[in-house]
Amino acid sequence: MATSSDSHSAGTQAHGGAPHSDVFPPFDTNHFSSQLLWLALTFGALYLLMSRVALPRIAGILENRQDTISGDLDYSVTLQKQAEEAGALCQDMIAGARARAQALAEETHIRLAHEAVEQRKTLEQDLHERLAAAEARISEAKARAMHNVEEIAAEAATAIVQQLTGKTPDASSIASAISTVKIA
Amino acid sequence: MARTQEDLTVAASDQANDPIHQFVVSPLFSGEMGAASFTNASLFMVIVSLAVTFLMVVGTSSKDIVPGRLQAAAEMSYEFVASTVRGTMGQEGMRFFPFVFSLFMFVIFSNIIGLIPYTFTVTSQIVVTFAFAAMVIGIVIVYGVMRHGSHFLGLFVPSGVPAALLPFIVLIEIISFVSRPVSLSVRLFANMLAGHITLKVFGAFVAMMLGGGAFAALLSPLPLLAIVLLTAFELLVAVLQAYVFAILTCVYLNDAIHPGH
Repeated sequence: MATSSDSHSAGTQAHGGAPHSDVFPPFDTNHFSSQLLWLALTFGALYLLMSRVALPRIAGILENRQDTISGDLDYSVTLQKQAEEAGALCQDMIAGARARAQALAEETHIRLAHEAVEQRKTLEQDLHERLAAAEARISEAKARAMHNVEEIAAEAATAIVQQLTGKTPDASSIASAISTVKIA
Repeated sequence: MARTQEDLTVAASDQANDPIHQFVVSPLFSGEMGAASFTNASLFMVIVSLAVTFLMVVGTSSKDIVPGRLQAAAEMSYEFVASTVRGTMGQEGMRFFPFVFSLFMFVIFSNIIGLIPYTFTVTSQIVVTFAFAAMVIGIVIVYGVMRHGSHFLGLFVPSGVPAALLPFIVLIEIISFVSRPVSLSVRLFANMLAGHITLKVFGAFVAMMLGGGAFAALLSPLPLLAIVLLTAFELLVAVLQAYVFAILTCVYLNDAIHPGH
């Protein structure tokens, strides 16, 4: 207990109005039992709250979050796989369409080439026919012209012979003579 | 116990400048200190427990997938202590996780709340820190003996020591084991005590210099600046000592799980 008579001159006076012993407060055994009691009560309550309520709850929260994240990741993997499948399908479709287009183009090309050949053939045939017709016409015209020439020659020969000999020659001898000349 | 007005004034001013007064434990409601008195220390034990409970129970009550600020802080404390426990003791040590967690949170909240002016620092009482240390060592001994029986004594016999040195080594190991609760409790207690005394002494400097003439009053901001810096440093010490206490607890508990060296 503080000695109030000469305390503050000695500098060891206890503090405040409450009675204290002169020992350094943390080493004052008077309050040890009270401190231990209240420490046991408060820390015990805290331990119970932590171990029964708070920590399992946080563990649950963390687990739940982990589950959610991994679930979402799995879902995203599934979606990605689906997208890849859809992409592959799309690629297949594109490749198929391209092959079909190529086949169609080739077929058309061949058909057009055939048609062109046919057309050329008919055209050539037509041309040949027209050529042949023209040639026939020419040779006919030539024959007619030659026939006219023979007639002219026969007439001329008859006239010449008449002038030279004064008598009308026989038409058949004239014709044979002309044909002999023509061969020559 | 009758005091004059002058005595009371002197006592009050002594109390304001006395760096030790902040550690006095006195009953709040009744005048006499009894075995179960509710003291300022008890009050702050309750406050600390309530603060931890608020963070850990109220803060996590919404159980959000995406945590809010309070829940993030609660989860961070959980994961910090859990990784410390796992790192020192392995998965098996997680059975002590609630204990280490409560201990760490109680100590760190006591240390930090104690830094607020006019508060009481629960961990500045040797009886409190020693009670914690004794609890830790008690658990180590009880669990170690329950789990390993006489093999627990292997803790004191390191393997691979020459037979001639063995008695000496065993003696050292026993001394080191016995000194653990002392060093564990005194480390925390002394750190808190010294820091708070230093802060209070510098605070008293400011008050005394302000009352000590014009020149001294002019210089009084210097110790105030020192207090600002010291407070930051004490915050570091508060957190660090709580961590040291928790990790040493883990190391000692690890001995109970794996007594062989």
